[in-house]
Amino acid sequence: MRTRLTPLIVTAYTGVNCLGEGVEAWWSALRARRSGLQACAFEDAALETFVGQVDGVERVRLRAELERFDCRNNRLAQLGLEQDGFAEAVAAARERYGPRRIAVVLGTSTSGVGATEHAYRHRDPVTGALPADFHYTETQNTFSLAAFVRRMLDLGGVAHVVSTACSSSAKVFASAARLIKAGLADAAVVGGVDSLCLTTLYGFRSLELLSKEPCRPFDAERTGISIGEGAGFALLERTGAGVALVGVGESADAYHMSTPHPEGLGARLAMERALAAASVAPEEIGYLNLHGTATRSNDAAEGRAVRAVFGSRTPCSATKGAHGHLLGAAGITEALVAIMSLERGWLPGTANTRTLDAACGCRVLLEGEPANARYVLSNSFGFGGNNCSLVFGRTP
Amino acid sequence: MAVYVDGIGLLAPGLLGWPAARAVLCGEARYEAGEMPRPSADLLPPAERRRCGEIVRLALHVGAEALEATGARAADLPTVFTSSSGNGEVLHQICETLAGAVRDVSPTRFHNSVHNAPAGYWSIATGSREASTSLCANQGSFAAGLLEAALQSAAERRRVLLVAYDAPNPAPLAAAIPIVAPCGIALLLGHEAAAASLARLELGLAADGAVTPLADEGLERLRTGNSAGCALPLLAALARRRAARLLIEYLPGLCLAATLDPYVPSVP
Repeated sequence: MRTRLTPLIVTAYTGVNCLGEGVEAWWSALRARRSGLQACAFEDAALETFVGQVDGVERVRLRAELERFDCRNNRLAQLGLEQDGFAEAVAAARERYGPRRIAVVLGTSTSGVGATEHAYRHRDPVTGALPADFHYTETQNTFSLAAFVRRMLDLGGVAHVVSTACSSSAKVFASAARLIKAGLADAAVVGGVDSLCLTTLYGFRSLELLSKEPCRPFDAERTGISIGEGAGFALLERTGAGVALVGVGESADAYHMSTPHPEGLGARLAMERALAAASVAPEEIGYLNLHGTATRSNDAAEGRAVRAVFGSRTPCSATKGAHGHLLGAAGITEALVAIMSLERGWLPGTANTRTLDAACGCRVLLEGEPANARYVLSNSFGFGGNNCSLVFGRTP
Repeated sequence: MAVYVDGIGLLAPGLLGWPAARAVLCGEARYEAGEMPRPSADLLPPAERRRCGEIVRLALHVGAEALEATGARAADLPTVFTSSSGNGEVLHQICETLAGAVRDVSPTRFHNSVHNAPAGYWSIATGSREASTSLCANQGSFAAGLLEAALQSAAERRRVLLVAYDAPNPAPLAAAIPIVAPCGIALLLGHEAAAASLARLELGLAADGAVTPLADEGLERLRTGNSAGCALPLLAALARRRAARLLIEYLPGLCLAATLDPYVPSVP
């Protein structure tokens, strides 16, 4: 957004990914520079790659009346909502504001496409029809995630899903801020969920972007991404205790569908617009959580963009070596990592990365370090050249 | 919150562009569906035009029409794209490939499968580096997109382009996703009255009440059978150039309330 953002407070947050259930599990893994990536054993995928798979998704059971929503993506959503007292915090907000006054704005890239993949393996041999237990609207449709979460949390206000590939669940913050500013909601549940599926595994392989080893963001020898899965949620309110969302910047590359602008032009615009919306100078940012996918092109372009906006002194790191690339859930997951770094006075390192690519030119932390940042920025960039940067700040 | 409608793009069977469709939408001419000609994708460079797919052509076609005669430059505009089922053709092709013995997904199909593919192609075609989002709210996708575009226009005091589209899916997906016909609708929204303004549009939420239907059976079928078709009652009111209050399909238990006042530029 171009205008100054009215700050919103992140009063509760939670999530699940391969580092664990709930944010304490993630934080201890990030403190220990531990990676949750493992050799891919997802379904029958015959791929030499590493993934950030969440254990126990198979055991999740949806409430009986929500059975039609059953798919890996919505199970991850439920698993996420159950951590860190998040559902209880939303229930308390529902009491304060009323169920119609809380927006649900979530991001996903592939929604429950796994359900459609399975249905295509069980077509009627004669007619080719999909099986009767395939529920498109509640699983595959891009909105199914928000429909499910709205029902889970018993909310009746405005809702939509943002699906802009890997920037989806960063952009939800901008959308929710607009709804609250206009008075259409008093609070918003924002976040995102994406789940492992054959579509993304084989799709990224077709683009030759899948690494054969655990991904190494900003490493001179980086060879591509490791796909992860998970859910992340935050509750945004006008007042309360917590870190504040102070700036959002959105842009498009206008360059290519699956390759970032080589100079990182769109990435640079997103960061500059986020700083302008926050009225924060580049030197006031104490930490950058990079998009850092570990593809050759992303990290080179992002490094150039960061150097252009911040120079080479601001500490940065990319945490995808720890939790993988969560695609439509990357924005929220990394926003929460940035928020935790503010609250806990410690900046995570860059797991798996051994030798920094000197050409990237920004100060990427290999090891974590203590720091007393006032403001942090998180980057998310997606296919279609869609970019979003978020600025969070400590409240006085 | 209020915005101005400055431009309209429309393409569906029997509704071939806003100027031609006006008479049908205000009830002066009979609605006859018929064949819809292939949407043009003149905006795109030839390489992108070849590989973008039909649904991207539909979205770009109506987006371009909405800017005609408005003086707006596409490169300056933030965009909001919204669709319920997105690109069913590509979803079908990928799932069919993955169900086969050799899982060689086409890289072009994979990048075309993202919900924001039309937005990506639009940005490449127009050179716009402004904010761009792509939304879904099932059958309420048009309402969600209209709300988002209007909020952005009002909050940032600038014009925003909204593009809503959906098209039927191939078999066997079609049986699970009942979209009756292709439909694309685009609105150029502005925060203040401009020479091109057609109407002032006030938006709010309504918890109770029935969605405003269309009198014509064929048009009503398009409204209920395509998420972008949910814009047709609004377009019909714009075509009649009379004040109107409408309830637009949104979410279970919630409608988008729209109050429309035709804009008549004052003569200096």
